[in-house]
Amino acid sequence: MYYWRKVKNFSMISLAVLSGIAVIVPLVMVFYYTIAQGIGSVNWDFFTQMPKPVGETGGGMANAIVGTGILLGLGSLFGLPISIFSGIYLAEFGNNMFGKTLRFLTDVLSGIPSIVIGVVAFVLVVLPMKHFSALAGGVALGLLMIPTVTRTTEEMIRLVPHSYREAALALGVPQWKTTLRVILPSAMKGITTGVLLGLARAAGETAPLLFTALGNRFWSTSVTQPIASLTVFIYDYARAPFEDWNRQAWAAAFVLISLIFILNLIFRVVTRSKYAER
Amino acid sequence: MQSVNPEGRLATLKNDEMEPNNASSPGMTSAEQPIQPGQPVGQPNAVQSPALAMMKIVTKNIEAYFGRTRALRNVSLDIPPNRVVAIIGPSGCGKSTYLRCLNRMHEVAGGTMTGSIQLDGEPVLDLDPVILRRRVGMVFQKANPFPTMSIYENVAAGLRLNGMRNKRRTAEIVEQSLQRAALWDEVKDSLGKSGMSLSGGQQQRLCIARTLAVDPEVILMDEPASALDPISTAKIEELIYSLKDSYTIVIVTHNMQQAARVSDFTAFFYVGELIEYDLTKNIFTTPAKKQTEDYITGRFG
Repeated sequence: MYYWRKVKNFSMISLAVLSGIAVIVPLVMVFYYTIAQGIGSVNWDFFTQMPKPVGETGGGMANAIVGTGILLGLGSLFGLPISIFSGIYLAEFGNNMFGKTLRFLTDVLSGIPSIVIGVVAFVLVVLPMKHFSALAGGVALGLLMIPTVTRTTEEMIRLVPHSYREAALALGVPQWKTTLRVILPSAMKGITTGVLLGLARAAGETAPLLFTALGNRFWSTSVTQPIASLTVFIYDYARAPFEDWNRQAWAAAFVLISLIFILNLIFRVVTRSKYAER
Repeated sequence: MQSVNPEGRLATLKNDEMEPNNASSPGMTSAEQPIQPGQPVGQPNAVQSPALAMMKIVTKNIEAYFGRTRALRNVSLDIPPNRVVAIIGPSGCGKSTYLRCLNRMHEVAGGTMTGSIQLDGEPVLDLDPVILRRRVGMVFQKANPFPTMSIYENVAAGLRLNGMRNKRRTAEIVEQSLQRAALWDEVKDSLGKSGMSLSGGQQQRLCIARTLAVDPEVILMDEPASALDPISTAKIEELIYSLKDSYTIVIVTHNMQQAARVSDFTAFFYVGELIEYDLTKNIFTTPAKKQTEDYITGRFG
């Protein structure tokens, strides 16, 4: 009688489990390959030395590591304030036509290929300045972060129970202070996750940097000059015909993943709630 | 009228001035002429009676809406100072809506209202809601301590967020408020712990302390004990009774025994209308309206 139902039940569960495994396999493979290939190539020189000229082996990517940091910093500077404030706007006042339009456009923005974002930054910053620069790269990365961070901020603020807002308002706390001092702290954990997702996405982008930050084989921390980045480095070195360069590309990939991981960890610790969650 | 004062509760005030009107009956009075709140029965022309000026809150012809749905129709009700007024009635009768009109939290939930509310003679709708809510505090059905704050910070929240800088003064007020809320002895050694670490009843008393800290004149309570066990409920009720010497309290409750225990006056609401408003004793012993009697004897609701 119920045999057939059990068969159906079993096959559906199996299907779900298999799909789950299928999702994890490529992820594990990426991690395994990057770590296996990269860890052997990473040495102290990699963090302290500059790239060697073609033909010489060894050297490092100190400039690219710093460059990625600067680019991410600039991107955060341009992207995060706008994103977080528009997230707050959408959550608190966004139930009107303007809010709906904004939400829709943000979703559209998240679907725009990153290379197109790069073109926009090229037109906005590189053309007026007449040369490639870290600034242009930062603008591109900032634009890339906006949709993720905006929507996560909105969702996380909406998740804060209405009763906290009411409690604060009933104490005679003005609306802006309620949002800033009661709602935002309650949503901080989630917003941090959003910021990290945005940063991780920005850190992994190559296309928009190719014609904004360009890349640089020399040491530069100037925001008005072209700057090196790990992703562009990987792009250049991975397709080069030199074995030593390929090895360094793996190392760069490994370092990039580790950086994102460490960044994640630092954020978690810094924004950890004083009180254990119940 | 002369039976108003069985326990000497109203001894300081003249009976016929303090007794609220014997309710606006929709069938009888409000249809023909709007009821004059605070006006003793039998003196229909004594509109400007001294009682009106003595009332803490005077509400006239309140109509409250959620979108197009009318939640309250033509409610006129006066709240005397330093008394506990209970609002009872079946679910969906508009009790909470009425309460939330008094500190304009009704607007926060997206509602609208018409009519007039006066707090000490000042029209509430002309006051800034932020200022109003510092004078008319509120305790909610579900205890809602701020999750990111400690016990101390929760009580101090209203002060700090409203700009209090003096740390010593803050500490004093926090202690006083916790003591008034009968919570001090239980939490004095753990003020730094999360407010969420307390039990449900303690959390509710914490919320009451938080409300007391901003020193309101009126405290609105929206079923403050409905989610609590009997012992915690008894504590809250004792607390309400002890608070009325300094505050005017309006409490919405589902629990008729609770209304009978804590309140001086009781208002019975039914489908958005005020059916009867009288001394609690009268409501529960000799209600004037059949609907009230049916409700308190459990025939509906």
